[in-house]
Amino acid sequence: MKWEIGGIETWPWSRHPLGLAGLAPGNSVLVRTGNWRSQRPVWEKERCNSCLLCFIFCPDAAVVVKEGKMAGIDYEHCKGCGICATECGRKALRLVDEHLVQE
Amino acid sequence: MATLEELSTRRELLAQGHRLCAGCGAPIAVRQVLLALPPEAHAVVCCPTGCLEVSTTIYPYTSWRCSYIHNAFENAAATLSGVQAMYTALKRKGKINEDFRFVAFGGDGGTYDIGFQSLSGAMERGHRLIYVCYDNEAYMNTGIQRSGATPRGAWTTTSPVGHVRTGKHEGRKDLTAIMAEHHVVYAAQAAISHWRDTVAKAEKAWEYAKEGPVFLNILAPCHRGWRFPMEKTIEIARLAVRTRFWPLYEVEKGEWRLTVNVANPLPVAEWLKMQGRFAHLFRGKGNEEVLAAIQADVDRQWSELMARCRSAVPA
Repeated sequence: MKWEIGGIETWPWSRHPLGLAGLAPGNSVLVRTGNWRSQRPVWEKERCNSCLLCFIFCPDAAVVVKEGKMAGIDYEHCKGCGICATECGRKALRLVDEHLVQE
Repeated sequence: MATLEELSTRRELLAQGHRLCAGCGAPIAVRQVLLALPPEAHAVVCCPTGCLEVSTTIYPYTSWRCSYIHNAFENAAATLSGVQAMYTALKRKGKINEDFRFVAFGGDGGTYDIGFQSLSGAMERGHRLIYVCYDNEAYMNTGIQRSGATPRGAWTTTSPVGHVRTGKHEGRKDLTAIMAEHHVVYAAQAAISHWRDTVAKAEKAWEYAKEGPVFLNILAPCHRGWRFPMEKTIEIARLAVRTRFWPLYEVEKGEWRLTVNVANPLPVAEWLKMQGRFAHLFRGKGNEEVLAAIQADVDRQWSELMARCRSAVPA
């Protein structure tokens, strides 16, 4: 469902839905939790065999899988916990300080 | 059982952008359960108050891509019972044709303690729903207070450590066994580290939820409350299994079965040592009794479980 929430801070009470129910399923994707991150998991494609352990262990569903193959990290939402890098048996994910990779 | 490749093609019902801590165990448990939902079925989720609820539904955002209802801390199971009863009635009248399945996700506070009466009631009344407890062993949402799931010897803000006290004095409730004794169709204990086991149990759970009540208890470590580095969430859960602190088993229509055997267990101290909430037990002398009591808890729990499991499946 499309639910426009621009300027919600200034809405009168009557414009909010009853019970303050969220009306747009999954719209939390608009929240960029990626800016919490202090360390970034960097994926080295050559080392990866798409075992997908990083996918099933990611708390934020931030591992992108395309057609059953590992395809990278969603940095808009990855909080940088490092679980993927810890659990990767082939060291195909490694943590790098965010300030070293950010412009 | 679905492979990881298959699971990766399914829709994530818990969307990105929820505000649970980096490295939190709860969303890992939720994802493993929801990815196991048969793709043709719809899920209806209910949460009691807890970390998961407050972090996934911060107005005007919601992380749920399915029907979702929150009521209060103590009544998730009762609320979902009502929703499920309504669905059954509408289905009988032919007003709903789709296949809906019902699941509640509660923390240990909302499950072992505050929501216990409504959970017990829902299980006893035979509602066709799954209740999943993501067990992080304390009230983490409000800042680490002891719960019925907190193990002996653990520091929390309400079981402090000092000259007199050495953390929590009491052992933990065995809620999975209590739920199994409600004679539910399916009850199981799982851990996020053993994803294959968890997904297999979740798949059974979604099927059995068409017949009657199902209870899943999934260990989901909390690095803020247990005091360990956030990247070790899975490692800690795995060690809880390998020390026999958290046995993985299922009770299917009254038959108890071990699903992951732990033939050569590590001493439970190996697991305790990794966590700051037990650090006081390893500082100086005088805590040997507590350590021995924790090991005794683990050994007793394991032998009781073995007595109940007629067919132990080695792994």
